[in-house]
Amino acid sequence: MERSYLDYAATTPVDPRVLEAMLPYLREQFGNPASMHSFGRDAAQALEQARETVAKAINADVNEIVFTGSATESNNTVFKTIALANKGKHVIISPIEHDCVLNSARWLKGQGYEVTTLPVDRFGLVKPQDVAAAIRHDTVLVSVMHANNEMGTIEPIGEIGAVCRKAGVLFHTDAAQSFGKVPIDVRKMNIDLLTASSHKMYGPRGAALLFVRKGVKFAPLLHGGGHEGGKRSSTVNVAAIVGFGKAVGLCMDEMEAEGKRERQLRDWMISQILERIPKSYLNGHPEKRLPNNVNVRFDFVEGEAVLMRLDAEGIAASTASACSSPKLEPSHVLLACGLRHEEAHGSLRFSIGRFTKEEEVKRAVAVLEKVIKELRDISPFKEGR
Amino acid sequence: MYSKEVLEHFKQPHNYGKIKNPDGVGKVGNVVCGDVMWLYIKVKDGVITDIKFETFGCVAALASSSIITDLAKGKTLEKAAAIGRKEIVDSLGGLPPIKVHCSVLASDALSEAVYDYLKKKGKEIPADLERKHKRIGKEKEIIEEKYHDWVKVEEKMHEDKA
Ligand code: FES
Repeated sequence: MERSYLDYAATTPVDPRVLEAMLPYLREQFGNPASMHSFGRDAAQALEQARETVAKAINADVNEIVFTGSATESNNTVFKTIALANKGKHVIISPIEHDCVLNSARWLKGQGYEVTTLPVDRFGLVKPQDVAAAIRHDTVLVSVMHANNEMGTIEPIGEIGAVCRKAGVLFHTDAAQSFGKVPIDVRKMNIDLLTASSHKMYGPRGAALLFVRKGVKFAPLLHGGGHEGGKRSSTVNVAAIVGFGKAVGLCMDEMEAEGKRERQLRDWMISQILERIPKSYLNGHPEKRLPNNVNVRFDFVEGEAVLMRLDAEGIAASTASACSSPKLEPSHVLLACGLRHEEAHGSLRFSIGRFTKEEEVKRAVAVLEKVIKELRDISPFKEGR
Repeated sequence: MYSKEVLEHFKQPHNYGKIKNPDGVGKVGNVVCGDVMWLYIKVKDGVITDIKFETFGCVAALASSSIITDLAKGKTLEKAAAIGRKEIVDSLGGLPPIKVHCSVLASDALSEAVYDYLKKKGKEIPADLERKHKRIGKEKEIIEEKYHDWVKVEEKMHEDKA
């Protein structure tokens, strides 16, 4: 059966060019960068080269980049050690953050911190003036994601960064979904801390980064042999980081052309779905949106059923319906945007990527149209058809 | 995650749709996740001769609806009303624990349809069916509140057609 992977926001395949770059570091150049001999030196050199590529991509300095094992680890470091190392007792987050930020903030609450959750509008957008209003004398950290993983909404992080810098409060952004897709400049955007991940941008899993601006008081989450300049102990996963570096380089080189291509596919897909399927709606912002994200919802059908009917036809998508979640609750992101339970129920996300072809997108829309019709035939609600 | 049987019923459900002039209708809602199941029966000489369902729900809910129509067809009302979640889950080759409540929905819908039939015919209603009806009624209220607009339009359309 023909199979189409339209779930790039979950994870991406490793680009063959990335794999090629990684292989030597799993084979003959397997050395530990902490070793003094030539094997170690070769590995260390590759590691530093990756660091340079990554730093340049966000306009950071090489010694501001800490390689970690996952975006979850980076985000945990921000909340569990950096927040504690800096002065203050209050943090501010958006309600649509990834679970690893939400749960880290919850942990911090358990340590006696106060957490303010900002409001968002129906697109999921945070208003910079709300951030300004929420900042107090004891605020240590503001954390607002760059782009949302479910709806693809891109937050005004440059403006939020300016608000935070003016108030002298640390600003962290989780850029796991956006890095490599839209430009990031940590200087211009006044970002103090930034999280990004390799496996969302055609690199391997097990590599991620935390940008820590010079001058920000740092405290490591992992203590040990003093790797990464003492900022993150653990034997360095050189091959994965080399892959990450290569992946970042490719994304930067191809960002403009690929972004344009994906935006066209995205907009075609959205307009076709809304046109061809009655009672279908777009979730998230029509323009302030990642180039690869399509998130729609349908009345009268449930997301898991839609997903599995698509899967039966070889099309991989994702849903945030209550039935599909381990707690049987609808997505916190959609609810925060003011969607009612039953609206979140029929939500579906397609996320396209570098290897998505036009034919795949066309077939996906056609199959979706059929699947929704079939499920509505089974549903007790069919209003107006 | 899902058994082969579940996926087969899900992909090609048996007996879905409406029955014209049904002898009994069971309408239930799932308070846990917000799903809705409507079940229609035709009865002759105390036996279910035809049965159809309409379900707004997940893979497990659709598969449970489909299998219960198979299980109930040709059975006496008494036997049909006694079909519980265990029989449904077993016939489906198992359900993930978190999805067992979807099979309860199907069993509830069927006993409600039987209840509706007995009630309409002025027949005696067994005590356990009455008890079940009370419990389901409460949950149904909660769920129909949620889908108020959709339910209203749908019921109006039925009336218009009738
Ligand atoms: S109907 Fe919602 S989990 Fe099955």
